[in-house]
Amino acid sequence: MTTQRTGAVSAHNAKVMNRFELTKRVVGQLKREEAVIGGIGNANFDLWASGQRPQNFYMLGSMGLAVPIAFGVAIAQPQRHVIALEGDGSLLMQLGCLATVAMQAPKNLAIVVWDNGVYQITGGQPTASSSTADIVGIAHACGIANSAWAADEEDFERLVAQALKGGPSLIAARIDDKPGVATTDRDPVRIRATFMQGLGVKRTL
Amino acid sequence: MNDTKTKAATWHEIVLTTLKNNKVKLVTYVPDRVFTPLIKALHADSFFTTFPCTREEEAVGIVTGAWMGGLRGAVLMQTSGFGTIPNALASLVVPCQIPALIFVSERGTLGEFNLGQAMVCKTMRPVLSSIGVENHTITRIDELAFIVDRSIKQAVATQAPVAFILSPLLTGGKVFEA
Repeated sequence: MTTQRTGAVSAHNAKVMNRFELTKRVVGQLKREEAVIGGIGNANFDLWASGQRPQNFYMLGSMGLAVPIAFGVAIAQPQRHVIALEGDGSLLMQLGCLATVAMQAPKNLAIVVWDNGVYQITGGQPTASSSTADIVGIAHACGIANSAWAADEEDFERLVAQALKGGPSLIAARIDDKPGVATTDRDPVRIRATFMQGLGVKRTL
Repeated sequence: MNDTKTKAATWHEIVLTTLKNNKVKLVTYVPDRVFTPLIKALHADSFFTTFPCTREEEAVGIVTGAWMGGLRGAVLMQTSGFGTIPNALASLVVPCQIPALIFVSERGTLGEFNLGQAMVCKTMRPVLSSIGVENHTITRIDELAFIVDRSIKQAVATQAPVAFILSPLLTGGKVFEA
């Protein structure tokens, strides 16, 4: 089982990495027009900064819904892999979605959780994952067997490559408290229309 | 004569058929007693992908993603569940122009026994109106197919969500003995 192989890595000994650096590593592995959903706040700011692929969707509201939105795309387009990039605070708001994903078991869905242990964008208040809650433990208990902490950057890349072969899976990465490196253009209609064109659903903008 | 052909269609048969006629293949829901025959029929029909969600806004998020991926979706919930989705509507569905189809089993009126349902019921239409979401309260079975069919077509054509509030006058509601 994957979980046993990476079982030695926990939230306590995983390397603290940088979200933008890891976001670039995710995008760098995408060769088949995979869809990426950037959760509200810094998750989508860093996705925006990594290059505006038409297959990226940037959430400007609806905190907690990155995984459900990604899951919906995955249902609609079973041949395309879909990745949700979500913060620990956002995921903690909508933990039930992990249970739903495990129950439906979409093969083309991967979830990446950036865990910095704080609600960074609102002033750095601590999240439960900074002390007591373990994101990977929660995902396992919900039934997502392919869930693991990334030990370091190389391990993260390996886990992403593995996730793109089959899912559902969850990768948690401990990250520092550096803010996102850019700000997404706040134009939801354009974001949605570009995304639909990137997915081949809309022919024109 | 075939009895099954002459038998009047029930409200839930009409909803299912209208969804199918409009290629609405995905139905996410948080369960409701009144909607149970519809939910059972959706599960029994391989045309539909249907499953329960842990929370109504999760169900809304899933149909939003599905629409962007080219698949039409509807969400089923009860009145109290509507109280959990204003943020998903106001900060995702409305600004992104998503034709989410929202079916609410109306509780809180015409014989409600649960005060919580009654209070959320009072907020439902004002919330929908204040964020400009078209909504129809359906009380008559002879109007059901027309309202749902035309409204789905309008939602898709105008890229706007629509809410269908199915009244106890239509569904029978949830009955209790006072």
